[in-house]
Amino acid sequence: MSNLKKLTKMRLFLPVFSMILVMAINVVYDIASGNAPFNFFTISLNNGVLYGRLIDVLNRGSEVAILAVGMTLVVSASAGTDISVGSVMSLTGGMCCMLLAGYGVTNVSEYAMPLWAGIGAGVLIACVCGLFNGFLVAYMNIQPMVATLILWSAGRAVGLLLCNSQIVYVRVASFQKIGAYVGAIPTPILIAAAVVAIAALVLRFTALGTYIQSVGINKKASRIAGLSSAKIILLCYVICGLCAGIAGIVATSRIYSADTNNIGLNMELDAILSVALGGNSLGGGKFNLAGSIIGAYTIQAITTTLYALGVSSAQAPVFKAIVVILIVVIQAEPVKEYFKKRSAKKAVEGGVQA
Amino acid sequence: MKKAKLNNNNVLLLITIVLFAAMYLAGCIVYAGKGFTRLQTFLNILIGNAGLISVTCGMTCVMLTGGIDISVGSLVALDCMMMAVGVEKMGMGSPVLMVFILIVGVVFGAVQGFCIAYLEIQPFIVTMAGMFFARGMTAVLSTQQISITSDALFTKLAGTKIEFPFGGYVNTKGILQVPYIRVTVVVALLVVLATFFLLNYTRFGRSIYAVGGNQQSAALMGLDVKKTQLKTYILCSFLTSIGGICFCLNTMNGTVGQATGLEMSAISSAVIGGTLLTGGVGNVFGSLFGVLINGTISSLVQTNGKLISSWANIVTAILLCFFILLQAVFAKVKERNK
Repeated sequence: MSNLKKLTKMRLFLPVFSMILVMAINVVYDIASGNAPFNFFTISLNNGVLYGRLIDVLNRGSEVAILAVGMTLVVSASAGTDISVGSVMSLTGGMCCMLLAGYGVTNVSEYAMPLWAGIGAGVLIACVCGLFNGFLVAYMNIQPMVATLILWSAGRAVGLLLCNSQIVYVRVASFQKIGAYVGAIPTPILIAAAVVAIAALVLRFTALGTYIQSVGINKKASRIAGLSSAKIILLCYVICGLCAGIAGIVATSRIYSADTNNIGLNMELDAILSVALGGNSLGGGKFNLAGSIIGAYTIQAITTTLYALGVSSAQAPVFKAIVVILIVVIQAEPVKEYFKKRSAKKAVEGGVQA
Repeated sequence: MKKAKLNNNNVLLLITIVLFAAMYLAGCIVYAGKGFTRLQTFLNILIGNAGLISVTCGMTCVMLTGGIDISVGSLVALDCMMMAVGVEKMGMGSPVLMVFILIVGVVFGAVQGFCIAYLEIQPFIVTMAGMFFARGMTAVLSTQQISITSDALFTKLAGTKIEFPFGGYVNTKGILQVPYIRVTVVVALLVVLATFFLLNYTRFGRSIYAVGGNQQSAALMGLDVKKTQLKTYILCSFLTSIGGICFCLNTMNGTVGQATGLEMSAISSAVIGGTLLTGGVGNVFGSLFGVLINGTISSLVQTNGKLISSWANIVTAILLCFFILLQAVFAKVKERNK
């Protein structure tokens, strides 16, 4: 009993538990529909490429996982969310494809500009967006949601302008590779892994993680303790912009085109959701990067499972909403307190009877 | 004494109104040849945004308590779909459906409000779940676009023109064109007035401002903070449902993709109108002008004809940025004066 309690108290309990739950549903479904019970976990090689539902989850979840890294830091440092990431992804894609194809050209099979320049410019503009958000939040003391609302509206619109309101196709193999495969492994998985690894290493081996948490817990106290709170918040937003840029490049390369209207649509909600699912408080302060990443893949697993169960993509949000509400209600303070009181009452009553 | 009355909040409202007037005048001068000076152009902005006006009123109330409701766009889509499915697939009458839609709105708001006020979950997360839920339920009802054609009363309501006795002009074919508004505009303006009276002249309205200003002091004054929050979210969803019906009267159909991003239009309109997201400061009339400014921008871009529609978003974003910075400056000045 006490071991169970210890387990439920662990920080990673909730995200891991929900992940396992989703997988269990998959196993039950597979048994019920007469497939092999561990269909979800089978990974096979088809045409020299890894294939399977698990790989699919990892692959499709890459963008959200990358975004979750930046979002976790932003939430931790500024107690607010960056709702512009989806738009910034679209802007990055638009910028990158516009440069690679040339303005006004909608379909190319040769670069108008070297690949690194296009990607570099795309990521750079994403960082600039982060800088803008960060400046408003850190130096002008504007609530994060309002500050990022500006780019939420403008980012996609500027992306559309850059692409002249058209879908720009870049049909070059080396560009498509970013969203396709390296050897047998999907490239997005590798990119997401690299981003997560770098973030984890930096946070582990430098004091940055501690600084961010301290600013998130108390901005004023951290400033008095000698930290430049504003600079740290600014840095978090720039990192978030960078992550959005990388995710934008991946999403663009996947469809080798800048479909500015659809790239990263509602992605900010998934990113925020993964942070919340990961057991992080949206009120800032302590963060748990591993939780967010697991949260991101859990969301993708839910989506993939729903598709496998035959739920249409338009109807899937209903289930997503129910899952979200269940998870946040379990985490809610008053609910926790209620159960604590009840178990205490039970203990007292049990004591009296004995 | 008079100077004290013109505080920061009134200045923000004044700037919003002046900006709207300036923008509209500029439009009149630049696009005079394209009929921008006609009264009908202005009325069309009202007609096109009637639903949004009602939604923004609800959003303003929620923002005044320091919360946010991003489920409104999806709820509007759900309302339209309920109306469409009810009329076309189930053969129900539109009055019954309207009452049903309003009840759904109240229940929807009550659930969200309960989670926010009594379970103390962040408004953003709760209403995001509400947003997913409503949008998904829309798809569960139907994934196709359903046009509303078979309900006589509804079609009549949508087609009714309330004509003005003045301001008409004779068009190129020699027919007198009389400026008109739709029923939805009347509803929307009534909602604005009702919300204004509710906020300023009732106990509940004053509690909203008090809770938004400072929850702790409101609680110490003996106000029931949680109940006020719950009621505000119910009010917001109720007004959104009214807005949803207006929206439906405008579009006359139900689709899954309807009213996407409406929540952000409502939030940006409220912010442009001088409502602070931190709560406690704001005014419904400001929000009305916020919607009108947004409408004028789209109208200007449309009248130009050569600009692609994303320019409207960019200009709105720039305006939003301007207003947010202005609010920040005001906040700083206020702090210094303390």
